[in-house]
Amino acid sequence: MSKLLSPNAGPASLPRRIIQQGRYETITMLRNGEQLILAIVLPLMALIGLVVTPMLDGMGGSRVDVATPGILALCAMSTAFTGQGIATGFDRRYGVLRFLSTTPLGRGGLIAGKILAVLVVLFLQVLVVGAIAGLLGWQPRPEAWLPGLGLLVLGAAAFTALGLLVAGTVRPEATLAITNLLWILLGALGGIVVPAERLPALAQGIVQFLPSGALGEALRDAFLLGAVPLPAVVILLLWTVLAGAAAIRWFKWN
Amino acid sequence: MASLDGKMLRVVSGLSLVAERGQVTALLGANGAGKTTTLECAQGLQKRTGGTISLLGADPDTAGADLRARVGVMLQDGGLPPSARPIPLLRHVAGMYRNPMDVDALVERLGIDQFSRTTVRRLSGGQKQRLALAAALVGNPEILFLDEPSAGLDPQSRQMVFDLIAELRDAGMGIVLTTHLMDDAERLADYVYIIDGGHNVVEGTVAELLKHDHSSDTSMTDRTLYFDAPAGLDFAGVLGAGLQITETRSGSYTISGELTPNDLAALTAWWAERNILPASLRLEARSLEDVFLDISGRDLR
Repeated sequence: MSKLLSPNAGPASLPRRIIQQGRYETITMLRNGEQLILAIVLPLMALIGLVVTPMLDGMGGSRVDVATPGILALCAMSTAFTGQGIATGFDRRYGVLRFLSTTPLGRGGLIAGKILAVLVVLFLQVLVVGAIAGLLGWQPRPEAWLPGLGLLVLGAAAFTALGLLVAGTVRPEATLAITNLLWILLGALGGIVVPAERLPALAQGIVQFLPSGALGEALRDAFLLGAVPLPAVVILLLWTVLAGAAAIRWFKWN
Repeated sequence: MASLDGKMLRVVSGLSLVAERGQVTALLGANGAGKTTTLECAQGLQKRTGGTISLLGADPDTAGADLRARVGVMLQDGGLPPSARPIPLLRHVAGMYRNPMDVDALVERLGIDQFSRTTVRRLSGGQKQRLALAAALVGNPEILFLDEPSAGLDPQSRQMVFDLIAELRDAGMGIVLTTHLMDDAERLADYVYIIDGGHNVVEGTVAELLKHDHSSDTSMTDRTLYFDAPAGLDFAGVLGAGLQITETRSGSYTISGELTPNDLAALTAWWAERNILPASLRLEARSLEDVFLDISGRDLR
């Protein structure tokens, strides 16, 4: 063992630590069957459901053109909120967060690694969903990709902050229940895949203020009209800042 | 190197200790004595409400990556992700360091290769302990914190872990461990702090603690002789003065006090005259457990 010991202890560089953690979390997410169902299978089922039913008819585009931006928003919610929240909740239960925070990675690096993993998985989701939607006839405006991806990243930031807030404050079983339930509720009624004007009157006034409604609306505007709606961007920014601040304030590491 | 002083939380207060490089420092105490709290404050995992801690000259609460890289931590609950497999996990942790140990050699040394295909979830308690020790070591730390390192280990793994700890100590690593097992401390520790009710009560080398008599009655001294023989023997006059002779059960005798070699010779000669051969005969030095029980009381709390 003495030959193993060398006195030159030191951390790997910060980018290397974050990439290392991001890669590890990405592989862990992609190996988890339930996470894959949530991240890929359910959004694709929703996409096909919206394309074969007349639910989105008369929204100013083909069914797949109206549906796909919302499905991409749903992907962001799946990965950043539900998937990341549950994984973090159980990591907290098993002391993984505490152990990793004693390594050079630290708390900041751990969060950065999780955000990196969310972005990588989201990118893979966009590739898969975009390809399938393309086969179904999706024709996004080419100039919409840049603002569209920017909005997806912003939405992922808001949902990651919310997921971490839930995961860091309640028991992992409760995180599992809350994030799954909200995924279903926001997915169906949160204005994410079904635009606000197709929802019950009661929901219409509320959903534009939810991160789900704001992200769904912003992506539809970007990909259908080539416009970025400023109010939706402001609402997403507000959610990111508020949930992020709350998570920093109340996140319990053990 | 690591020194702790003053009040911490509500649990630990009036505790002060120093751990040196190239030594194994043991925090010994009953369940709930404050061992883990103390360790976690020193690791920066718990914010203390008062007192000072110096870890390699820095405050663990504001420690950066450079300091964390020099300190290895093995938590009591392991902190390993259940779905991970041992070797990829160790490689992942090793990736956080500039100059990690050779993972293959570490794996072989701790016998982790025997269960490398099993996920953490399915490992036995002792296997998890060995993996957690490897994860704490893989960065080549200068200081190693081990919270209950021998919990759940079978005798072979325990020997393996103890040999490794001794080797690391000899190589100059500073090791701080907690245990409630006196035997661990006796076998491993260069310096022992006995903690009770959140403060340190007694400290010293194992040898010093064994010499010191902390009990109010003077019955506990260096040696105790136990033997089983016919009931109702009266041999008080054979032995030197000041020894306590008790027949704890019918035919089971305990002699404690300042036993001398002459006492033993006289006793065996007395047996020979009467043709008595004890069914069992055992002479024991005062153990750290006796010291510990004297200090923290024999009642369960």
